[in-house]
Amino acid sequence: MTAIQISNVEKRYQSLQALGGVSLSIEEGEFFGLLGPNGAGKTTLISIIAGLIRPDAGTVSIHGHDVVSDFRAARKAVGVVPQELVFDPFFTVRETLRLQSGYFGLPNNDKWIDEVMENLDLTNKADTNMRALSGGMKRRVLVAQALVHKPPVIVLDEPTAGVDVELRQTLWKFISRLNREGHTIVLTTHYLEEAQAMCKRVAMMKLGKVVALDTMSSLIRRISGSQLIVHLKSGDLPQDLHPLVLHAETGSQLSTLGRKYSLKVNEYMEVETILARLRESGAVIDELQLQQADLEDIFLQIMDGGAP
Amino acid sequence: MMSTGFRTLVYKETLRFYKVATQTVAAPILTAMLYLLIFGHVLEGRVQVYPGVSYTAFLITGLVMMSVLQNSFANSSSSLIQSKITGNLVFVLLTPLSHWEIFSAYTIAAMVRGLTVGLGVFVVTAWFAHMTFAWPLWIAVFALLGAAILGTMGLIAGIWAEKFDQLAAFQNFLIMPLTFLSGVFYSIHSLPPFWLTVSHLNPFFYMIDGFRYGFFGQSDINPWTSLAIVSAFLVVLALLAIRLLKSGYRLRH
Repeated sequence: MTAIQISNVEKRYQSLQALGGVSLSIEEGEFFGLLGPNGAGKTTLISIIAGLIRPDAGTVSIHGHDVVSDFRAARKAVGVVPQELVFDPFFTVRETLRLQSGYFGLPNNDKWIDEVMENLDLTNKADTNMRALSGGMKRRVLVAQALVHKPPVIVLDEPTAGVDVELRQTLWKFISRLNREGHTIVLTTHYLEEAQAMCKRVAMMKLGKVVALDTMSSLIRRISGSQLIVHLKSGDLPQDLHPLVLHAETGSQLSTLGRKYSLKVNEYMEVETILARLRESGAVIDELQLQQADLEDIFLQIMDGGAP
Repeated sequence: MMSTGFRTLVYKETLRFYKVATQTVAAPILTAMLYLLIFGHVLEGRVQVYPGVSYTAFLITGLVMMSVLQNSFANSSSSLIQSKITGNLVFVLLTPLSHWEIFSAYTIAAMVRGLTVGLGVFVVTAWFAHMTFAWPLWIAVFALLGAAILGTMGLIAGIWAEKFDQLAAFQNFLIMPLTFLSGVFYSIHSLPPFWLTVSHLNPFFYMIDGFRYGFFGQSDINPWTSLAIVSAFLVVLALLAIRLLKSGYRLRH
């Protein structure tokens, strides 16, 4: 079943085209990443999913419910963690969560509220006023508010922006558990290592359009292979390996003697072939490093327009 | 049937002002007391509005209604503008609450505050004059309608305003003049003909006049006429507020 269906969504702010015909389909149970630089349109898209912004054209549905015409069912199906660190200064943590739960028609929800607070390390702050919380704690409450009605779809817009390692670990542990239990997770983050670790599939956005959409593994495989970095103490790279050279440093560019090459490697089998050719040519290897391409390499390639 | 979400929003909006009751309830009661002490002391015995009704009793009813109106407006408008500016309105906008439910919840909570303050003003001022209750039902009807109208106006102002300055302008240049020129402190029949005509265009006048009729059984205008005008005014404002909420004007961009 499709958790979120986005079809040809457009949004314009005066002369700025925030979204230019975005279409995406996110399946139930996915851990989906929405990546892109500032101004790519990620938050606008999330706000349309959440019903905070109305699209100029196109439709969005959550679990089959249109976010405009069937907004009640759509909003019950989604929990959104907003990017901005907002809070209501009149209430304590527990009051905030009880009120949020009540808005969704769940007045007696203390068991789940307690569980959410426990999982986000908020229990000892339950009766503290929101104003008295640190930024990280306020962020935890924002996450708890989004989860309080147990939505099948959870959207996290930069949930770890400016928070400490402890919260990140606590948050990802809890979100991973929810994902394992069947919740669909949509994540936007500028921390690409987080996206790489958590997301099974990603969409990359640039200037209001989706410029890449694939599973994490095939995106990494398709767009950029690994690099084998060899530092030769003596000898040189055989001619037949020169087409694999991505980067070379020689002579005065290096602090030590010899030559250093970064070679493109698509499969691990190729490493053995390269090493064999170097041995045959008489080159002596001083240092060897296999560097795997990561999401950041891919992201930069795509944003520079250099990838499919 | 009232949904749980709607009831929760009413509760939240009521709890919000209750938590700062010194500012939202006690302060306006004290202000009304000061008005009574000053104007009542200066004008008692010099002004006769209705036969057999002391000026202090006349003033008390005006002050009670003025408190109901101003505090109803203050509740919905300040809650909305604060939520908009601090960004926490998102917690309401993300929910399955309909525009009807949001309208009703904000208006009812505003009425609760307005009527609470009005009752408080009456309790502390009624000792200063002999008060009568000629038609209690009229008192209740005009208090409820007045609170609902100003709660709705506060909602409209809160939706429209994008900064505190704009809300203050709405309050100072519209609500305050309409309140003070509605006959809180005087009978409009004591005014020159031009201002008498102008006062008849002020819907707040009908709220206060009808409210006073409930106490004294005397008024400048027939209470049924006032009821018709006040009810029509409420319907127009409610339709406008609901339309704004439905369209997402300045709320859902």
